[in-house]
Amino acid sequence: MRDTLRIPLEPWPTLAVIAVLALLPAVALAVGQPFYVVFATRVLIYALIATSLNLLIGYVGLVSFGHAAFVGAGAYTVAVLMAAGIASAWLLWPAAIVVAALLALLIGAISLRTRGVYFIMITLAFAQMVYYLVVSLRVLGSDDGLTLGARPTIGLVSLDRDTSFYYVALAILLAALLAMRALLNAPFGRALQGIRDNEIRMEAIGFPTYRLKLLAFVIAGAAAGLGGGLLASLNGLVGPNLLHWPESGVLMIMVILGGTGRLLGGVLGAAALLIAQEALAGQTIHWPLAIGVVLLAVVLFAPQGLSGLIRRGGAGS
Amino acid sequence: MTLPPTLIAEQLLNGLQLGLMLFLLAAGLTLVFGIMDMINLAHGSLYMIGAYLAAAVTEASGSFLLGIAGAIAGTALVGIALEVALLRRLYRRSHLSQVLATFAVILIANEVVRMIWGSQPILLAMPAALSGPVELGGFRYPAYRLVVIGAGLAIALLLYLLVTRSRAGMWVRAGASDREMAEVMGVDTRTLFTLVFAIGAALCAVAGALLGPLLAVQVGMGENILILAFVVITIGGIGSIRGALVGALLVGLIDTAGRAFLPFLFRQMFPAVVAAEAGPAVASMLIYMLMAAVLFFRPTGLFPARG
Amino acid sequence: MTAPVLSVSGLQKRFGGILAVDDVSLDLAPGELHAVIGPNGAGKTTLVHLLSGALPPSGGTIRLEGRDVTGLAMHRRVRLGLARSYQITSLFPGFTVLENLALAVQGAGGGHDPARARAELEAVGLAHRADQRAGALAHGERRQLELGLALATGARILLLDEPMAGMAAEEAARIVALIEALKGRRTILLVEHDMDAVFRLADRISTLVYGRVIASGAPDEIRRHPEVRRAYLGEEVVA
Repeated sequence: MRDTLRIPLEPWPTLAVIAVLALLPAVALAVGQPFYVVFATRVLIYALIATSLNLLIGYVGLVSFGHAAFVGAGAYTVAVLMAAGIASAWLLWPAAIVVAALLALLIGAISLRTRGVYFIMITLAFAQMVYYLVVSLRVLGSDDGLTLGARPTIGLVSLDRDTSFYYVALAILLAALLAMRALLNAPFGRALQGIRDNEIRMEAIGFPTYRLKLLAFVIAGAAAGLGGGLLASLNGLVGPNLLHWPESGVLMIMVILGGTGRLLGGVLGAAALLIAQEALAGQTIHWPLAIGVVLLAVVLFAPQGLSGLIRRGGAGS
Repeated sequence: MTLPPTLIAEQLLNGLQLGLMLFLLAAGLTLVFGIMDMINLAHGSLYMIGAYLAAAVTEASGSFLLGIAGAIAGTALVGIALEVALLRRLYRRSHLSQVLATFAVILIANEVVRMIWGSQPILLAMPAALSGPVELGGFRYPAYRLVVIGAGLAIALLLYLLVTRSRAGMWVRAGASDREMAEVMGVDTRTLFTLVFAIGAALCAVAGALLGPLLAVQVGMGENILILAFVVITIGGIGSIRGALVGALLVGLIDTAGRAFLPFLFRQMFPAVVAAEAGPAVASMLIYMLMAAVLFFRPTGLFPARG
Repeated sequence: MTAPVLSVSGLQKRFGGILAVDDVSLDLAPGELHAVIGPNGAGKTTLVHLLSGALPPSGGTIRLEGRDVTGLAMHRRVRLGLARSYQITSLFPGFTVLENLALAVQGAGGGHDPARARAELEAVGLAHRADQRAGALAHGERRQLELGLALATGARILLLDEPMAGMAAEEAARIVALIEALKGRRTILLVEHDMDAVFRLADRISTLVYGRVIASGAPDEIRRHPEVRRAYLGEEVVA
């Protein structure tokens, strides 16, 4: 029997990629560009966030236009707890996950009662509400946001060293991808994809679709919250712009660019967009124009996104 | 302690003004969405282009009226070009692809404007004759804002007549409620659609030109108002001009009145510490709460055009 | 009769000013195959929507093995043993045929069980199409899979909405044979236009016209019933 839904894991290519990524900091330091370690860390974190959104958009068919709210929730949780004196990542990041998950539960419970474009709009609305709430509260820094004193610690290891943070972020991303693969290969993952393909029929064959969608929404929100917490720790500051709706738009762009419904779609899209942005920003002040043109080209000529191009090129079929 | 009635009247008029301008934007947006089932994020960019063109022509000619005319003509042309060159290919694509493509257009449009006019806001001057206040039965209200309200009402009426009384309007309504059926009936949807898009672009230009003297004319002004327009059409029901009008007035009035009066109300009801922040916070969240509430009771908006 | 497995009493559905289903009452005995016939627009599919839980009724009750399920969500009714098939084919186009059936098995509470899915595949006669994407099947095969999905849930009570819609004679005969094989083992409410199939399969027939049951009884009675004849012949004259 042919199992088209099972996501394979090819050990050698995977190990090769991991090896390359593990060597990256050493290479960056060798060529005298330590900044790239921080940049690469940021790419890894956005890869995590985009992957969480890909779960919703690509595998469940839920186009959530308010994902930035969960990123922001995680980020601000870490900032507030650090200001309160908590410095251990073992506490900070799980707290970010929990807060984001609760927010996702609240927003999801209401939004998932709607479908199609109305779902898109209502997730956007809720994200805006969170944004305005955060901007108004002085305890959260209003327009200016909050700064974090230092990087958190993991046990005895301080993450002040960029290289240490990079490896932690890499480990987290790999763990998240493995977890997502396991989830998608499990019956729950099949059910989610069934919902994407034909939600009404799923209900008609006995699946409690609302509950399944809500669970996926909370998981995605929690993962985005973790990403937000990591961003806050990496950057040392948080601001309401993390929650602004164009941020949600950028996340969607990353997912679509990388290819929805492919395990590495979020990773590819985040990497492509951030690297393109970095490369172009050095060349011209008008780099958003170039990005816009590239995006248009992808939509018109590579509708499956980058992972579609890669598959087409590699498989030759 | 109560609010002075003049303040209330002033804010209500401001809300009406905002609502009517939002209607101009929402009308085009809802038709595009309703007929062609297309999410067009670049709608805000047309509004921005309208404002910039109005500023440029007014500056060059010294006449605000010429400025508006120039904005309308220029933006309509840009709209048509955009529709023919790009948007046409997106009608059959998923909403997701449309979001990506029109987001790309926003990026490109913002940069092109920045390249021509720079990042700083530019001036679109109010016509001198209208820069003073007018006596309205006991209180004074800016003349220009009254003119904006008047223009908005006139256009709304014109649009209503166009859509309900004219042949083209009938085709538009048919297309909004069932495109395939309209095509089968012989309506040339391709040309109709370009026409609708051009009209939508023109409406954006008018809104941009009229609001320009009141708000800042700068890169990115489109994104802020775009999200309001989406809220409006979601509340009003996608594809419905009537819904766009009702939604726009609701949003305009509630947002303006909310921002003006809610902080005051909160100060009356809650301790100062809470009210100082909760008031403005809730006021800015109001229209989103309104949208969520409408969707709860009417999951497809107030006056959905389809089915 | 012995306690009915499906008992419908005074069922009503109103859409604005239109009464699509008007005071419909039915009882299905265990193992019975009950056909529902009627002209187009009579409300047959609406009836299936109400029974399956896709639409809430405006009035009346539905009892499943004695239990009131009138307000129960669709997926819960499936878990209680009531499943439907659709008049307009509704599959999972991105999944293979086998994966489609595996989903139905999973939904009814069986977990991911490829072995059982394969058994259902054979039962519905699509073994040769196991690894084919459902979106690429021919019309007749899609209808087979459509029926297969309802069967694979293992539901004891099936609501089949025009399973033979748009099928050629040979394909339709296959479906008739399939349904016939189920007789006695499962309780079936069959909505159909194909009169040959109806009279061959049905234990009892109800005729729905403008949302009301105008006649209900054994096939022979219905065949001779004057109001039924008028409903059908009248329809032809008007059309």
